[in-house]
Amino acid sequence: MTVTDDRPAAVLGTRMLRREDPALLTGEAKYTNDLALPGALSLALARSPYAHARILSVDLSAALAAPGVVAAYAGADLSSLWAAPMPCAWPVTADMKNPAHYPVAIGKAAYVGDAVAVVLATSESAARDAVELIDVQYEPLPAVVDLEDALSDRVVIHDELGTNKSYTWDLKIEDHEGAIDEAFASAAHVVKERYVQQRLLPMAMEPRAVAAVPQPFGGDITLYSSTQVPHILKIMSAITLGIPEHQVRVTTPAVGGGFGSKLNVYAEELLCLALARKHKVPVRWNEERTENAVATIHGRGQIQHMELAADAAGKITAVRVRILGDMGAYLQLVTPGIPLLGAFLYAGVYDIPLYDFSCTSVFTTLTPTDAYRGAGRPEATYAIERAVDTLARQMGIDPMELRKRNFIKKEQFPYTAMTGLVYDSGNHLAAAEKAAGLADYEGVRARQATQNVPGATTLLGIGQASYFEMCGLAPSRVLASLNYSAGGWEAATVRVLPTNKIQVVTGTAPHGQGHETSWSMIVADKLGVSPDDIDVLHSDTAIAPLGLDTYGSRSLPVGGVAIAMACDKVIDKAKKIAAHQLEANEDDLEFSGGTFTVKGSPGKTMPLAAIAFEAFTAHNLPDGLEPNLEAHVTYDPPNFSWPFGTHICTVEVDTETGQVTVLQYVAVDDCGNQVNPLIVEGQVHGGVIQGLAQALFEEAVYDDDGNLKNASLAEYLVPAASDVPGLTLGFTVTPSPTNQLGVKGIGEAGTIGAAPAVINAVVDALSSLGITNMPMPASPHTVWNAIQHAQNGASK
Amino acid sequence: MIPAAFEYVRAGSAAEAISLIGEHGEEAKFLAGGHSLLPLMKLRLASPSVLVDIGRVGDLSYIRDAGDHIAIGALTRHMDVETSALLQEHVPLLAHAAGHVGDPQVRHRGTMGGTIAHADPASDLPATTLALGATYVATGPNGSREIAAADFYQGFLESALEPDEMLTEIRVPKMNGAGWSFQKFNRRAQDWAIVGVAAWRGAAGSGVALVNMGSTPVLATSVSAALAGGASVSDAAQLAASEAEPQSDLNASTEYRTHLAKVLVRRALEQASA
Repeated sequence: MTVTDDRPAAVLGTRMLRREDPALLTGEAKYTNDLALPGALSLALARSPYAHARILSVDLSAALAAPGVVAAYAGADLSSLWAAPMPCAWPVTADMKNPAHYPVAIGKAAYVGDAVAVVLATSESAARDAVELIDVQYEPLPAVVDLEDALSDRVVIHDELGTNKSYTWDLKIEDHEGAIDEAFASAAHVVKERYVQQRLLPMAMEPRAVAAVPQPFGGDITLYSSTQVPHILKIMSAITLGIPEHQVRVTTPAVGGGFGSKLNVYAEELLCLALARKHKVPVRWNEERTENAVATIHGRGQIQHMELAADAAGKITAVRVRILGDMGAYLQLVTPGIPLLGAFLYAGVYDIPLYDFSCTSVFTTLTPTDAYRGAGRPEATYAIERAVDTLARQMGIDPMELRKRNFIKKEQFPYTAMTGLVYDSGNHLAAAEKAAGLADYEGVRARQATQNVPGATTLLGIGQASYFEMCGLAPSRVLASLNYSAGGWEAATVRVLPTNKIQVVTGTAPHGQGHETSWSMIVADKLGVSPDDIDVLHSDTAIAPLGLDTYGSRSLPVGGVAIAMACDKVIDKAKKIAAHQLEANEDDLEFSGGTFTVKGSPGKTMPLAAIAFEAFTAHNLPDGLEPNLEAHVTYDPPNFSWPFGTHICTVEVDTETGQVTVLQYVAVDDCGNQVNPLIVEGQVHGGVIQGLAQALFEEAVYDDDGNLKNASLAEYLVPAASDVPGLTLGFTVTPSPTNQLGVKGIGEAGTIGAAPAVINAVVDALSSLGITNMPMPASPHTVWNAIQHAQNGASK
Repeated sequence: MIPAAFEYVRAGSAAEAISLIGEHGEEAKFLAGGHSLLPLMKLRLASPSVLVDIGRVGDLSYIRDAGDHIAIGALTRHMDVETSALLQEHVPLLAHAAGHVGDPQVRHRGTMGGTIAHADPASDLPATTLALGATYVATGPNGSREIAAADFYQGFLESALEPDEMLTEIRVPKMNGAGWSFQKFNRRAQDWAIVGVAAWRGAAGSGVALVNMGSTPVLATSVSAALAGGASVSDAAQLAASEAEPQSDLNASTEYRTHLAKVLVRRALEQASA
């Protein structure tokens, strides 16, 4: 008998096209809004036009009389439906202030967009027409828009708390008391800068959509939602509504992006569930784009005071960080924890022994903030990478050279940081040198010397950001130490069907990441089958009951690794069956290409296909072995995953108009081994552009009364393909030693590297004018103002 | 994103459209490409009770050589203006500017007449035709009349069209080889200009008009007068905002807009004079 290995040669690491794409690209994919739900009522919400107002009365009579309207409710009418306020799963400190937050406001509206009443009608247009007939009387109160103003408690937003401060969280690491103060006092160079992480609108392509469908009898209910977190949503829905968890099923049809904004439990999800149960018919809600701008969480929103101390050689000796975080009006699911996801990373990629971090977060009368791509880590990376550039400028040395002096060195890995975290692998110098080569760093510096002469109106700049990302959330015990209310494990089931087709059940919840493709590649590699013979089931709590969903670049390093481990368990069991039927010792069996072979006896083989059927019939299994070939794994990662890299951006600035043009963008990232480079590159492309958007385009702009001034895509400047440069990508490969696949997360890396690289380049271009800092977004007007300010300052 | 309820009627010809709009009165609106009106309706900033759809009126889509000028039917799509060989030869400034309206999707649906009649000072083609000294033809129940572009724009989104009139043709003088430039300054390619400049300079003199520098498209007559009087391009450009009353918004303050206008007019004239 001849053994042939018909496994597709090396599946892992190939640029396999995504199996998700045909349906997405042809418009055949079904989103929540596409579901046909006969008899469903449409929900629409009346939202506060005031940032801060007492609700004096809500008159629903005209709405109730409108055509098609079935019911209308004010906040107080719904109180009996809630067993608990809306959930915040991250009480970061024991004394954190957290105001009670209900799906429809009672007594007071605390941001523009806060729901004050709801309508149920037989069509979406009838519901939205009726909302306009709801008469709410408000007593407007002063808005609180500015973070420092919020901290002053000039106007207290939540009376019952008595303050706008939610919490202060500290992390101070020094070898003896006073060491940090001493380091700053004795430093040869000190950097002190203030950065603002502006509010950003996540702007997923698909706004949110929800449909709750009750069973006619027995109380079971299915929630369809455009969410990243079906599992978390199921648990939190059960708790908030006080209904048995086993009666709630959450499933997500296709989800058109999230970027963290769908990592939440939203009022509309709870309202659809509660009202579908009350009215015993399906209830659905579709978010409009302009509604999305105020009713879906915002990202970032921090003021950062960053200080570095360095010795005469530029060796950084201490970091001091003070953060003022904007929580918005209420704490959503993980709002307070977002600044703290960066709390450990303000030393960046550098070997810095002394560390002083403190974050105070405050309420404002604005849309709540929460996770947005990178969540805390882009902010941290921005601060350290901007400050390092400033230090280099102060010292008069090249910022690349200064970084090299401070990098954690390759031979220091695994590196135990002063924070206690273990950076399992890294090679910052290699990534930086590769990026410098791709960007022709020296060549640009030479061109700069001839181009940026006095009087020149087109100035050339080059900027760098080197990052270390803490992702792959997360070891459950580490989350416990941060007071997070859940763990960070992930579940996987690998089931070999009788005909040797394979079902993979994952607890991850893809919404654009291509998990179906990547997970099938992992299983194909492990089990020696074709990816086409593998189905990946996900995002339905009835099919995949265990899981912790998709965020924080966790899906591959936690969920993907869980699948690989489940494959190992399947192989172990299959080996027992093969050994039994081949009358061989298990230790003498080798598994390769989907077939077990007895070592030294190439004729004695048993393919997985035969074993799968034997496991199914159970006619001839070893004593005590259960039928069927299936394994389940719940994997709690022992460490975060630590991708890293260096991004280099080259820009030209038109000093007459303030326009910044990105000439070249180089991203060198290291996410360890790559399952599918095509998907990795897609993640880097999207991430870089999202970070570049923060640097140059996007900002949620509020007026003093707390009105969002740019709630539409005509005014909120998400860059289009024509507005961004081509990207030059490079990779180094430093496999993670923590997991068997050697993989690290890559979903957020681009966003983390991009904003500081771009702003460093802009400041570099303008440094000859005396400009040392630049607010984001560096819009033409902002840059022009900075130039005017510098020139006026110089002429004084 | 769901507009208020409205009636919809489709006109088969220009005459029928004018008759329908007369019948339904001031609450009626013409619907051509829909790229200005429909977004306003979806945001409920406009709630016409009747839409008269002229999108399929075939006799208003043309680009013809009419001797000293090119005649463009009001329903001609931006993409057809952009790619017209006739316009590229005789009015290259207009063909080029049409290629900067919105994005390709907008240019395939949006119409020349629609953007003129909407009279948005931030749109590219009202200012471009103003710079070129175009004439617009308005047709009403009692026949047609010509309105000079310089007399057409009367206020923010307000034109000289009577409620029962329809813009039917745009007549753009041939440029006869004059130099030209179109400067569109914005943050994203598909956006309205923060400031835009359409300019030409040749044997017949010059024409400079500004996009988004006030409540109407602005003809920078001081610049042309200065050039005619022998001023240098950079000196003339300093007068760019003389006729403008630029507003302040999220993208630009009045001061910044004024500065941009001077820079962009200088660049436009340098290009047009080259």
